[in-house]
Amino acid sequence: MLTTLFRIIKYGFLGFWRNGWLSAATLSIVVIALLVFEGLIIFNILTKNAIASLENKIDISVYFKADTPEDEILQAKKSLETLAEVKSVDYISRDKALEIFKERHKDNPMITQSLEELQENPLLASLNIKAYNPKEYATIADNLEKTNFKAWFEKVTYAQNAVVIERLGKIVDTAKKGGLILIIFLAAVAVLVNFNTIRLAIYSNREEIGIMRLVGASNSFIRGPYIVEGIIYGLVAGILSVVIALPAVYFTSPYLKIFIPEINLWSYFLSNLFVFLGYQLLFGIGLGIISSSIAIRKYLRI
Amino acid sequence: MIIFQNVSKLYKNNSHEIAALEDVSFTINPKEFISLVGRSGAGKSTIVKMLIGEEKPTKGRVIFASYDINKLKHKELPHLRRKIGVIFQDFRLLPNKTAYENVAFALEAAGRLQSDIEEFVPQALEMVGLKEKMFNFPKELSGGEKQRVAIARAMINHPDAIIADEPTGNLDPINTWEIIKLLLKINELGTTIILATHNKDIVNYLDRRVISLENGKIIRDEEKGKYILV
Repeated sequence: MLTTLFRIIKYGFLGFWRNGWLSAATLSIVVIALLVFEGLIIFNILTKNAIASLENKIDISVYFKADTPEDEILQAKKSLETLAEVKSVDYISRDKALEIFKERHKDNPMITQSLEELQENPLLASLNIKAYNPKEYATIADNLEKTNFKAWFEKVTYAQNAVVIERLGKIVDTAKKGGLILIIFLAAVAVLVNFNTIRLAIYSNREEIGIMRLVGASNSFIRGPYIVEGIIYGLVAGILSVVIALPAVYFTSPYLKIFIPEINLWSYFLSNLFVFLGYQLLFGIGLGIISSSIAIRKYLRI
Repeated sequence: MIIFQNVSKLYKNNSHEIAALEDVSFTINPKEFISLVGRSGAGKSTIVKMLIGEEKPTKGRVIFASYDINKLKHKELPHLRRKIGVIFQDFRLLPNKTAYENVAFALEAAGRLQSDIEEFVPQALEMVGLKEKMFNFPKELSGGEKQRVAIARAMINHPDAIIADEPTGNLDPINTWEIIKLLLKINELGTTIILATHNKDIVNYLDRRVISLENGKIIRDEEKGKYILV
């Protein structure tokens, strides 16, 4: 039993080594398939972050009249927080608003100067509302219309921004759906490419498989080395794909940061290197074993 | 002991059936050396394929020792094939294995010990005169040398019978005679040999039992026969 296992493993490695070019060609295709798979994982992380960042930018603000007592505003905040759709409500007092305004325009002496000349704080207190789902801003805006605090409202930004918010909501939605379809499609491509490549490699060995049957080898003894080869493909390709991805991620990471400032792909990749490697090996070896076993079945009928 | 009992093999070709073998019966005794002769398509290869379980008869029974071959399950075929050595016209060596590994493979497939392999494989290769080229790959060997590796592989499991299907078909006359001499030697050591051929000179030289086939039927079965075909 142990001798047989040893022979199977030996022949798996020998087959991989002696088939030289065929193994190299198969391996390179498997590496590409695994790179696609790896790209999908990264793409998934990126879209999630991009969508989250986009969602974060959508909000509605309620501006209160200058003479609203702070108590009323805090009451309004509390009642808003009880809504199921609301993720967070930030209170920005008039002073805070001024502070933010000054900070933002500190490089513009014209504005700073005119602000000082004004004597009084021209800015209004506001509540900044964020929803869990961009689609729910309409509901929240409706709610605001009906509330008792409406008398204190100076303006609600939803009305002005409704079109933009809706559009952003749609973009987020499409990005999620489109991303999923793309992932399913590309994952299917990676699986098929991997599967068919290993099938072709075994197809070119079909005569040998027949010969082995004719000299009295059992199916498991013939199949074993090919499955070992499949494992080798997965193992080597898994490691190679991560190694190839390293410089690629390193060089693209700064550019990605321009689009999605929240994410540092390089450090993310580094800190999750073994998770990536694990996925790649799982995917590569799993597919290797499955492809080899299915592909060889056909030639074992003699 | 090999028995063919009223064996027929029909192939379906579109609507009509073609008979590769028609009601063939014969018995081969242990240690016999018999030649199966006939033109291409006479049914020689079908008989060979049935003996190693590659084809099943449409009617009749094929028996080898204790095996009722047409009743064997797919899983049981390897056991039968370890008891019958086969030699083919096109050698059928494993191209990615050396001569040594090709012969060793038959033993490994049978689950034999490594020590047995290390002892028997060089012996077998020495017997066929290939000790020097033990570690060469098939592509580095001539046709005659390849066929000798195939013979070493066929005899390594000490089979009860060796079936040679046109073993000299791809060889020059000198190599042809070398191969035939080897088969005779193996037969002297006690192995049944079944030689399918259409080489008249060989059959006449052997002066052993000859079964002649024509259009899937046995037309002659003679002890010390000659190659007589029109």
